[in-house]
Amino acid sequence: MRRYVPKDDVQKKAYYTDRYWVAPQVPKAKVSSDKVFAEDLKAIKAAFKVFDAYIQVEQMVIYIRPEDNFGVLELMKNKLDYTQLSEMSAVDFLADRGEFDIFYQMLSMKKRKRIRVKCAIKKEEAIESVEKLFRSADWSEREMYDMFGIKVNNHPFFKRILMPDDWEGHPLLKTYPLHGDEFAAWYEVDKIFGKEARDIIGPEIRDDAAVDRYDTKRFARLGHEVPYGADISKGEPAVKTEYQEDDGVFLIERFEKDSSTVITDRDR
Amino acid sequence: MAQHQVNYTQDGGLPVALTTIDKVVNWGRSNSLWALTYGLACCGIEMMASGASRYDFDRFGTIFRASPRQADVLIIAGTLTKKHAEFIKRLYDQMTEPRWVISMGSCANTGGMFNTYATVQGADRIVPVDLYLPGCAPRPETLQYGVMLLQKKIRSEKAIKAQKPKRLL
Repeated sequence: MRRYVPKDDVQKKAYYTDRYWVAPQVPKAKVSSDKVFAEDLKAIKAAFKVFDAYIQVEQMVIYIRPEDNFGVLELMKNKLDYTQLSEMSAVDFLADRGEFDIFYQMLSMKKRKRIRVKCAIKKEEAIESVEKLFRSADWSEREMYDMFGIKVNNHPFFKRILMPDDWEGHPLLKTYPLHGDEFAAWYEVDKIFGKEARDIIGPEIRDDAAVDRYDTKRFARLGHEVPYGADISKGEPAVKTEYQEDDGVFLIERFEKDSSTVITDRDR
Repeated sequence: MAQHQVNYTQDGGLPVALTTIDKVVNWGRSNSLWALTYGLACCGIEMMASGASRYDFDRFGTIFRASPRQADVLIIAGTLTKKHAEFIKRLYDQMTEPRWVISMGSCANTGGMFNTYATVQGADRIVPVDLYLPGCAPRPETLQYGVMLLQKKIRSEKAIKAQKPKRLL
């Protein structure tokens, strides 16, 4: 893999930002305001360190140490009835704090409650797989690796899931350019034709506002087709609808409406 | 006298139609354009609709085949991702000459709305394209018109010719 180079300006920045803008926050409630969550948190706190816990949109969010993730989820699954891992992934906070947030969205069908377990890991750190507890984590952890480059220990089949296996870079990182880096821009050309074909094929046209009305090498107007590369700056003629039988095609005859009988009286 | 007697002297000759090799071969080719069943994304739905009874591609002689070895036309119907680019090249290489490619819809033409790292910005970067159909997705009528244009193109070509080296091949 290539060395990680921070590219802060790869995504277009807003041309105006309000200095006094404060992003609205979803209100947080104390965990003690919900009896079920309070007991769950108590059980988790008895065994593991919990940095922070609060209730947001009727879901409890707890922050744990990354090395405790398997233990916490095991406890929640076996003792606290949170039997489903509905979702898990990571959030890129590398620019702000130099770390990823990994979240596990847990669901208890019995208690009808959801808990989000979050932990923060540094860039080079790996996380323990929870695939042994939840089969749904299998693909989620692979996707997390694919999109963020976060390694997962003890995963049964650890490889990329969405991008090709020989892809370089992790596209959901905030530093990854939307149009792809150089590797991405030439990926299919390099792979299929080899690097020497780059000059023949040319770079990708990424300017989606580029419209050349008079370009007849790439496109033609439907119903106004002209030969390849013809000059249409003076306008192009409308192509008359043609039928293959007009050219006198073997065995095919044109249907002539005038010489045929139209039956209007259905009861004749 | 037999009821269906053949009058060999009628129309000034034998029951023989005279034409050129080009016309016969191109007539055959253009009226049996077998297309590869190859829907990549939502354009594939329109392609299926074109093949189904309402629009009925069969009457053009366009029958969808499941194998590239039996297909004459590759209709690239949908978004071509970079991961998939090598497969489309492989399928194209497996088709026998003569073969034609229709790029169907904005995504296959230029990448369309997917101006991202994961999408090939135009299928003509991978395979040579004969016909580009605009639309997102093109209506079945557009695909029909495209096939008719392709038939017209085939009829205007010489039937037996040295295969022009297509780009990168």
